[in-house]
Amino acid sequence: MTMNQFLLIFITATFGCTAHAATLDIDRDQAISRSRLLATGGASTIEGAAGGGIVPMAVLAGYGAQEEQGAVAFGSYVDTGDYQLEVVGGSWSWRNRIELSFAQQKLTHDSLTKALSLPTDSISQRIISAKLRVAGDLIYTPMPQISIGVQHKKNLDFLVPGAVGAKKDSGTDVNLTATKLILGGFFNRNLLLNANLRYTNANQTGLVGFGGDKNDDKELMPEVSAGVLLNRHWLVGTEYRQKPNNLSFIKEDDWQTAFIGWFPNKRVALVAAYVDLGEVATFKDQTGWYLSLQGSF
Amino acid sequence: MKQLFTGFCLSFLLMACANQSSTEQSLYDALGQYEGITKITHQLILVIAKDERVKHRYKGANMSRFKKGMSDYVCVAVGGPCEYSGDNMQLVHAGHNYTNTEFNAIVDDLILAMEQLDIPVTTQNRLLAKLAPTYKDVVYQ
Repeated sequence: MTMNQFLLIFITATFGCTAHAATLDIDRDQAISRSRLLATGGASTIEGAAGGGIVPMAVLAGYGAQEEQGAVAFGSYVDTGDYQLEVVGGSWSWRNRIELSFAQQKLTHDSLTKALSLPTDSISQRIISAKLRVAGDLIYTPMPQISIGVQHKKNLDFLVPGAVGAKKDSGTDVNLTATKLILGGFFNRNLLLNANLRYTNANQTGLVGFGGDKNDDKELMPEVSAGVLLNRHWLVGTEYRQKPNNLSFIKEDDWQTAFIGWFPNKRVALVAAYVDLGEVATFKDQTGWYLSLQGSF
Repeated sequence: MKQLFTGFCLSFLLMACANQSSTEQSLYDALGQYEGITKITHQLILVIAKDERVKHRYKGANMSRFKKGMSDYVCVAVGGPCEYSGDNMQLVHAGHNYTNTEFNAIVDDLILAMEQLDIPVTTQNRLLAKLAPTYKDVVYQ
């Protein structure tokens, strides 16, 4: 089964559930004993951890409170013209304390293949992550919710990354994240503020390997995001992710998104975004669209 | 896009500041004064009664006393001209070992009750901001 087929099946299945869940929402999702408030589990990032699209948050996936657990499955798609990224993954959270997640990425690079006469047209990567909530609560404590996460990444098609100067085919990012929802913080709408510090040497999240000829060491990269909940179902916001620049052959730019997230109920979330990835492996101005669908259990 | 992002952040900060100084209707008035607050408490009780996660906590409780106590407490919390004669939040909840799940459930129920009464999201948020700090006095006391 290809990833496309998987994605299609996943989307169909999730929307099948949604139609059912929509009627449940009238009586407030009582069928699901997942008690954290709507949207507080965030969406799934392209690396699997709960957050926005490209920047993780300190929140844990799903809606499990401190005496509950929760799980999430997601599929995401990005198209910037010269590149397409497909991601499928899932996560499990326990007692709003620890989150374990998994993501499988496939980057298709037809333009690059044509330009350089490459023997392959895609790069896949597998990411296994863990996140621990160490302090605070997103809403109920004056201090933000603070989490520490690790993301172990394994590049599965190292031929091209190795050819452009990447040193390793695997690496581990460490994230320190703080997230706060300020009730009524923006014209009496709820304001979401998030900052992440990533310790990494991954090139284009690891899709172009780890380390390089210009720099091989891990560096601290700040990432921020902010959003406003128009009501409890709609979140609009933006993200910024600073990136390393380890390879002299291909320049790497910072990433940005502007997104809108829809949380009709605790079963499903849909995120659409405009993304600006800058220059990606010799192709300039990689802007395009991002779509992510998440089901919570 | 970079300009767009910077502009977005700047306007966030500016408006967040403007937000502080603007004169707006008092929260007590926005909720419909004491009558409005009582309506919310009443609706909340109806929602709680259907919520499996918390309804057992209210078994045998004197609901009219709860209704008055909660209404008075909210009234004072939003700056209304009331007196709350009950015990403080910590004392009220001490010894019950209320869970994080149950606190979330009550907040969930309160939001639903306010939605059912067509209270604007902005007013809902202002009230939730006043009540959220009670978390530390309620959960696992």
